[in-house]
Amino acid sequence: MNFDDTPEEAAFRKQARQWLDANAPWPLEAALREGGLSSPGLTDAFAAAKAWQKKKAEAGWACLNWPREYGGRGSTPMERVIWSQEEGPFAALSWLFTIGHGMCGPTMIAYASEQQKRRYLPALASGEEIWCQLFSEPAAGSDLAGLRTRAQRHGDDWIVNGQKVWTSGAHLSQFGIILVRTDPSVPKHQGLTMFFLDMRSPGIVIKPIRQANGRSEFNEVFLSDVRIPDAQRLGAPGQGWQVSLTTLMNERLSIGSGMATGFEPLIDYCCSARGPHGALIDDPALRSRLADWAIRSLGLKYTAMRAISALSRGATPGPENSIGKLVAGSMQQEIASFVLDLQGESGIVTDPAQAPADGRFQAMLLRAPATRVEGGTDEILRNIIAERVLGLPADIRVDKDVPFNALDSPA
Amino acid sequence: MDFDFSEEQMQLRQAVRKLLGHHGDVQAARRVLECGGDYDAQLWRAMSGMGLPGAAIAADHGGSGLGYLELCVIAEELGRSLAPVPMLSSIYLAAEIIKLAGSSTQKMAWLPALAAGTKIGTVAFAGASGAAMHFDGRVLRGAYFPVADGAIADFAIVFARSADCNRPRPFLVDLQGAGVRRARIETIDPTRPHARLELDGAAAEPLAQGNDDSLACLLDRVAVMLAFEQIGGAERALTMARDYALERVAFGRKIGSFQAVKHLLADMFVSVALARGNAFYAAWALDRDAADLPCAAAGAHVSASKAFRHCASNNIQVHGGTGFTWEFDCHLFYRRAQLLALALGQPAYWEARLLRHLPNRTAPSVAAV
Repeated sequence: MNFDDTPEEAAFRKQARQWLDANAPWPLEAALREGGLSSPGLTDAFAAAKAWQKKKAEAGWACLNWPREYGGRGSTPMERVIWSQEEGPFAALSWLFTIGHGMCGPTMIAYASEQQKRRYLPALASGEEIWCQLFSEPAAGSDLAGLRTRAQRHGDDWIVNGQKVWTSGAHLSQFGIILVRTDPSVPKHQGLTMFFLDMRSPGIVIKPIRQANGRSEFNEVFLSDVRIPDAQRLGAPGQGWQVSLTTLMNERLSIGSGMATGFEPLIDYCCSARGPHGALIDDPALRSRLADWAIRSLGLKYTAMRAISALSRGATPGPENSIGKLVAGSMQQEIASFVLDLQGESGIVTDPAQAPADGRFQAMLLRAPATRVEGGTDEILRNIIAERVLGLPADIRVDKDVPFNALDSPA
Repeated sequence: MDFDFSEEQMQLRQAVRKLLGHHGDVQAARRVLECGGDYDAQLWRAMSGMGLPGAAIAADHGGSGLGYLELCVIAEELGRSLAPVPMLSSIYLAAEIIKLAGSSTQKMAWLPALAAGTKIGTVAFAGASGAAMHFDGRVLRGAYFPVADGAIADFAIVFARSADCNRPRPFLVDLQGAGVRRARIETIDPTRPHARLELDGAAAEPLAQGNDDSLACLLDRVAVMLAFEQIGGAERALTMARDYALERVAFGRKIGSFQAVKHLLADMFVSVALARGNAFYAAWALDRDAADLPCAAAGAHVSASKAFRHCASNNIQVHGGTGFTWEFDCHLFYRRAQLLALALGQPAYWEARLLRHLPNRTAPSVAAV
């Protein structure tokens, strides 16, 4: 049991560190460490993200695990983890490309033609083009396979009609991958097909969603008679569900980055705010809850290290890594609510200029419900653990073998 | 990075599991429960024959000289089968404090017998009343309870105050000698006997290197080993619940197909996974004697206590009425979970120690724990 790199890993780390020392946008470091992307010290997050991605791509430090000919580095999963450890605060600048690099790119690598890969992937890797993922719909969230956006074949094209929702970055994207229903006469999982499309195609209308916390990170995307060439199909017609699993598995593979739990800001706050016993962290009345969050936060960190260790041995991380978001999501919500209670009347103030701790716990509390829903609800994650880790029976699915257009409430 | 046990350590795990299975697995604890015995002497002899008690005792002192990681592996297996042996008292506690604070003469005198399992030691460090134990320069006076294996131990290291030191330091007492009274007491887990220990002029000698930090230092180390026992128990309780959920049918379905039950089991898995992460880090810190040990050990013990209690109680819940019968083993895990959560004192002590030593604390603290 040790935390030492193998000689190869150590050499790679040294190489990464040397390049970062010479090339990272160090003037932004303090701002990124302080408040990430929302830091007031970061005036143009979009430009900073684009510039950093371009620089990395030019030097071969973008999308490390992709093949070199598509703009990557051909690295091992472990090298990718080492890179993300070394990139540190600058990794926050990758926010624009998370979906494209983590999900769209790997799907293209698996299913696009050689010519398409050479055309699209390098520009995606370098951040020159931004991609989004059009999966969720108003009536298909956890039950993604119940989606209703229709695509019908017309000659060499497919004509798409429907609505997508919760699409991150749609308004900033040039391209997207989209999962649609091409055959409603078969059971729901069998009638889906995946495509990639140009987000500037006629018939696409993008509307930002105003979220419950007042911000807008996501969009609704309306598609009316949008034409997608058949050549942009990813996988066979009807194979869309399997293709989407490739995409989602890649999401789960991006381990080692670590979900924010809210614990670090909590400890900072409890070390500086004072109560009757001095710093709040020494208040016996708070001890038990603080300790509970400490072990969950540290436990997650060490669980991620165990997964990285498995990667280093060449193993594939399994569904047990679902616990990260499950634990972190509810922790954020509990911690934010706990701190607001400590702040008393001023806990209701959200103006960063006047609220305690710059209003970060108020912002955290208002954002936290989304964390427990996006990318798999707490309930879906528990199902995954119960079924795929513990081997319990799958939920009963009454619609599983029924043709989609024979269901009670089809499109 | 290799944040896991080695191939050899995994082989040791299999060998220990096989030995425990050979001695009846959980049935060994059941026999002690039903017969009101002290411990499974046959199992203890077999374990000693394999060199297990001496895993972290140097070969020079009669041990097998393997190391702490091996001891953690053994502890997890003992926890998984609720093994009724004096490991906590004699090895985690007594051998460890002698290693930490004994002179070379004291080490030579006691460690070989502990490693061989021919003598049983224990440590008495706290009174339920916070009661005092006092050393007057020659003999000890006072009473402590509950003392793990206090009725069967051959000797004890007793933490006591003296005129020139008001923080407890370790003293070695022969429990066969004069001035020792001890009586077994009933506890929440009868498969691990405890006693009340009264010393009235019992001859004692200080452990030569003992100091004001010996107790905290000892407890940190024991907390790591105990965390592995707790994880073994927690994981076993989870497995029992999972197996039962796959077997028991109600409303025409296996109960494990109901989301209410699935999610209960998923949460048990999460608590064990987090506890294991914390315990692995603590095992590393113990093995390397890292500066981070106080935080790592406290985190491991707090996390493992929660996981074991959580899994043991939900194991009964999944078993329903069946789980509340004497004949089913669920209550053995439930009892052991409570015992181990309190074996090293109040959870509040460990919570405070964890927070006191958090690496990302930014402000100096007034409260020293």
